[in-house]
Amino acid sequence: MVSFLRRNAVNIITPVVFGVALVAFWEFFVNWRDVKPYILPTPSSIWHEIVKRIHLLRSATIVSGQNAFVGLVLGVIVGSLAAMVANRFRFLSELITPLSAAISAVPIVVIVSIMNKMFGLGSQVSRRLMVLIVVFFVVFVNVARGLRQSDPTQVELMRSYAASERTVMRKVRLPNALPFLFTAIKIAAPISVTTAFVSEYFGGTQDGLGQKIPAALSNSKFPLGWAYVAAACALGLVFFVLANVLEFVAVPWQRRRT
Amino acid sequence: MTSPLTGDVSGPTAGAAEPFAMPVAAVFAEGVGKAFNAGTRKQVDALVDVTLTIQPGEFVSLIGPSGCGKSTLLRVFADLLEPTSGNLRINGKPARQARLDQDYGMAFQQAGLFEWRNISRNIELPLEVRGWDAAKRHARSREMLELVKLSDFATHMPWQLSGGMQQRVAIARALAAHPPLLLMDEPFGALDEMTREHMQAELLSICAKTGTTVVFVTHSIPEAVYLSDRVVVMSPRPGRITSIIDVNLGDARDDDTREATEFYGKITEVREALRGVEYGHGARGIEDR
Repeated sequence: MVSFLRRNAVNIITPVVFGVALVAFWEFFVNWRDVKPYILPTPSSIWHEIVKRIHLLRSATIVSGQNAFVGLVLGVIVGSLAAMVANRFRFLSELITPLSAAISAVPIVVIVSIMNKMFGLGSQVSRRLMVLIVVFFVVFVNVARGLRQSDPTQVELMRSYAASERTVMRKVRLPNALPFLFTAIKIAAPISVTTAFVSEYFGGTQDGLGQKIPAALSNSKFPLGWAYVAAACALGLVFFVLANVLEFVAVPWQRRRT
Repeated sequence: MTSPLTGDVSGPTAGAAEPFAMPVAAVFAEGVGKAFNAGTRKQVDALVDVTLTIQPGEFVSLIGPSGCGKSTLLRVFADLLEPTSGNLRINGKPARQARLDQDYGMAFQQAGLFEWRNISRNIELPLEVRGWDAAKRHARSREMLELVKLSDFATHMPWQLSGGMQQRVAIARALAAHPPLLLMDEPFGALDEMTREHMQAELLSICAKTGTTVVFVTHSIPEAVYLSDRVVVMSPRPGRITSIIDVNLGDARDDDTREATEFYGKITEVREALRGVEYGHGARGIEDR
């Protein structure tokens, strides 16, 4: 640990120093120019709010986090399965690809509004489905490419072993697509969080961050609004870090490939 | 690997119609042709009337300019491509049956190792597909690693090995099921010259130990001459065999062989056969730059 810190000292110290300096300047600037809180509150007032309302922040973050997480996991599963099916049956690929492209081109507002009507305003289903749709598209496109781009030498070898198409899928195509899957998850994880916020914003229950931020701001609770924003940032970061750790653990050979 | 008890397989039964002189030829091709897009206006004759018999234990190279169909011919032997005409037997069986029985192993220019499997598990892959149990696979993989002198690397991952070592793993994998025939498509094409010569010597010693028959596609004349009992010269458009040259440099080939007069004599012979190919049909000696 110590040697790790020493080796990466510059990489760690630089952003920390920069961040601290930025916050200090922000605090100083707001006080110095007497900036009004509705334009920009001070970091100290935001921090104060975070500490005071930590239970509110936590529950709203958990709601949004669950929406994003459930949608992300389902989107990854459905997207991967669809890519596998499309790879196996050519005609289905020509069905799924344009359909998923068309759905992903429809604005989130529209889909969420429709689904809010379908599932009722009291449920989280429409938000999670929305995240699922967005994630599905990213995962489907990437995994489908990964399955297609199997090393031709490896596929030919498997044919020379008289391996069945199922064996080829299991032993060549799937492992080859794994790096593509985890790249997709890395892209999709932060998107799933923002999609959850946006779909919460457009109606339904009032418990997620996507509702709390505009609600606090429109009630002139500016530091609280910014505290929610900080929680939203933290949630996005957690998803991003988790996706990267997952890739590091799951496809170790990918670390050396590039 | 075929059990007599498993009985008949689809297709003509071996030995029913065609009597074979003993021993059964490793490769028997008679008038074999391969056309892509056959019957359409875009028809390409990749191979025309290939007749070639390779005896067990022989080392035969296929050489020729690119597009002469040497890789196509190898893939036809491997039943990765189906011939459009002619008669083909591998180990006395139809090519498809030979493939199902894993009668041959294959190695390509790309080692084609599976990055997510360690070296030992790479070698075990063809056995895994065959349904061997784990203990038998490990034993065989250890044996093969010893054969290619990589015993210390069993648990390494492919990216930790040099190009030459990866190619040695590919050869070990191709031979893991103890096939009587080894089909190689420019296996040393991506290696540097020093490694390449080293690998050629290794390959010869492996074949001497195992008695494997080898069909070896290359575009290097010295490589073909150094390795082979016979060099098959092919020509493009349409792909066909133009001559077959006997080499016979003896069993004890080493680095001195590469400087021997016979070696150069054979290189010249192959080169001239190839020239005839390049400058029109058999008109050898017209151009002699």
